[in-house]
Amino acid sequence: MKRNGLLLYTALALAYAFLYLPIVLMVIYSFNASRLVTVWGGFSTKWYGELLHDDKVLDAAWLSLKVAVTNATLSTILGTLAAVVLVRFRRFPGRTLFGGMVAAPLVMPEIITGLAMLLLFVAMEETLGWPAGRSMTTIVIAHVTFSLSFVTVVVQSRLSQMDVSLEEAAMDLGARPLKVFLAITLPIISPALLAGWLLAFTLSIDDVVISAFVSGPGATPLPIVIYSKVRLGVSPEINALATIVVALVGVAIAVAGRMTLRRERNG
Amino acid sequence: MSERQPFAPWTDPGADPLIRFDRVTKRFGDFTAVEAVDLAIYQGEFFSLLGASGCGKTTLLRMLAGFETPSEGRIFIDGVDVSAVPPYERPVNMMFQSYALFPHMSVEQNVAFGLRQDGMPKARIKDKVRDVLDLVRMTGFAGRRPHQLSGGQRQRVALARCLAKEPKVLLLDEPLAALDRKLREQTQLELVGIQDRVGITFVMVTHDQGEAMTMSSRIGVMNTGHIRQIGTPVDIYEYPTSRFVADFIGAANMFDGTVTGGGDGRLTVACPELGHDIAVDYSGALAAGAPVTVMVRPEKMAVSRERPVEGMNWTEGGIADMAYLGDVSVYHVRLESGHKIEVLRTNLRHSGDRPPDWDDRVFVSWHPANALVLTR
Repeated sequence: MKRNGLLLYTALALAYAFLYLPIVLMVIYSFNASRLVTVWGGFSTKWYGELLHDDKVLDAAWLSLKVAVTNATLSTILGTLAAVVLVRFRRFPGRTLFGGMVAAPLVMPEIITGLAMLLLFVAMEETLGWPAGRSMTTIVIAHVTFSLSFVTVVVQSRLSQMDVSLEEAAMDLGARPLKVFLAITLPIISPALLAGWLLAFTLSIDDVVISAFVSGPGATPLPIVIYSKVRLGVSPEINALATIVVALVGVAIAVAGRMTLRRERNG
Repeated sequence: MSERQPFAPWTDPGADPLIRFDRVTKRFGDFTAVEAVDLAIYQGEFFSLLGASGCGKTTLLRMLAGFETPSEGRIFIDGVDVSAVPPYERPVNMMFQSYALFPHMSVEQNVAFGLRQDGMPKARIKDKVRDVLDLVRMTGFAGRRPHQLSGGQRQRVALARCLAKEPKVLLLDEPLAALDRKLREQTQLELVGIQDRVGITFVMVTHDQGEAMTMSSRIGVMNTGHIRQIGTPVDIYEYPTSRFVADFIGAANMFDGTVTGGGDGRLTVACPELGHDIAVDYSGALAAGAPVTVMVRPEKMAVSRERPVEGMNWTEGGIADMAYLGDVSVYHVRLESGHKIEVLRTNLRHSGDRPPDWDDRVFVSWHPANALVLTR
């Protein structure tokens, strides 16, 4: 038994190492005093300081954050609506088609979505005059188109697990359908909304492929900036930036996990 | 104390029913869940819809609540056609099988929910909530969440939530199915007590005939979308009008036969399974040769080793099975024809005469008044 336990722990350690060693290395090297990424030159936080003065990176980070929050919020609203329609309205013409269309972006190659988006925006700009160039607006629109599918899937599963008689009971007690949705359905599926929001946020903030097509000189999100910097060689500054991103994402996930857990326990 | 009047508004031809189903049919695609149902339920009744799962009883209840609309026919509550009225505008409330308590609200908020929808002032809501929680003996639990309550307590809160709205009709969908046996029996009588106090008409759906018999003023027995019989518990047990109801409610011995003669309120029926003719009380008129089924309940028969007295119907056979249950013993007697009869024997004495035992030849007997003729 004991040897078995040892084997299990070794396997576990290897698995963790496989998953997280690269990130740990990156975090360690972000505190490297040497400019050479692979040579340890002592502990230093100077790259973090330098990062603070790099306006290009800061602008990109701020833009990415704005895009991610807007995208997550829009996707959650639209995705929830789609999920409600798919779960609660069993029969309407085109339901199967609608279900398929909502889920399609999940399997659509990103590069095709990106290219299609770019073509659409260019065509629209020529015919309608909007959107003017590649901007935050175009990035958000493109991100919402694929993020909302993920939100729909998450909310859909929660909604179909929910006891329909809860909604019927509320209606029976005198609440009109909209009131039922706001007072009963929404609070009960809120953990799924939160999960969907976070998923959409994460998808948006680390997206490179689609952003590459729909961003422009005036509006470059962080992943694109990092990608273009890395092409000129990995700098410790990028490590510092990535470490900050990892820390932020880690905290966000921990907070969300705790909130979801507490809600689930409360039934 | 006034003398207790027998409660039987359905016997008064001048009484207006509180609920009336008028040729109501409900179809789901090709499936007909409820077919051409006529039903009248009166103010103050505790009416049960009894049937196996899939018989249409829940669909009938859901049409009354407004969750389903009839495909054909109309439903009246208090004289108003409610067939097209949405659930949130009907003067009825439903207690769900799952209780459907809102998990994100406290007991107090759950009960207040319906009153808030009516726009009742806050102070009155508070009083009302306290009153109904008092009624179901849940006063100390106002601040709890549903997941902190036991099954029985949840059931009380669900009941309180409906009662708070003072509906004209309270609908109960298998209200006790989720409770364990002991609690269920206790709650049955308590529900009847509460109904008596608040005076609201209750309509209950159940598959448990014991529950329906204990609690109801009348029972509607349903099968394949039809109501087979409506009557008091005594009516449907003692005087079933069809083979189906006789078989569904309690245990029944049934013998197929043909009428050979009759008169003076009594028929003679030839039953090949019994080996000879039997006499049955029957108030109607049936011509000789008419096919009938004679039904006798097991507790209305006697099993003994001695030949029965003159004037009793009887048959004889061997004991195929026997079970001692304490208060009663159940005997399964196999006749010459292979037909099996179930007989209950009340164990009246500690000792004394030896009860029929394995290997005994026994006689099964019953009085002509205790058998019932079912026409086929």
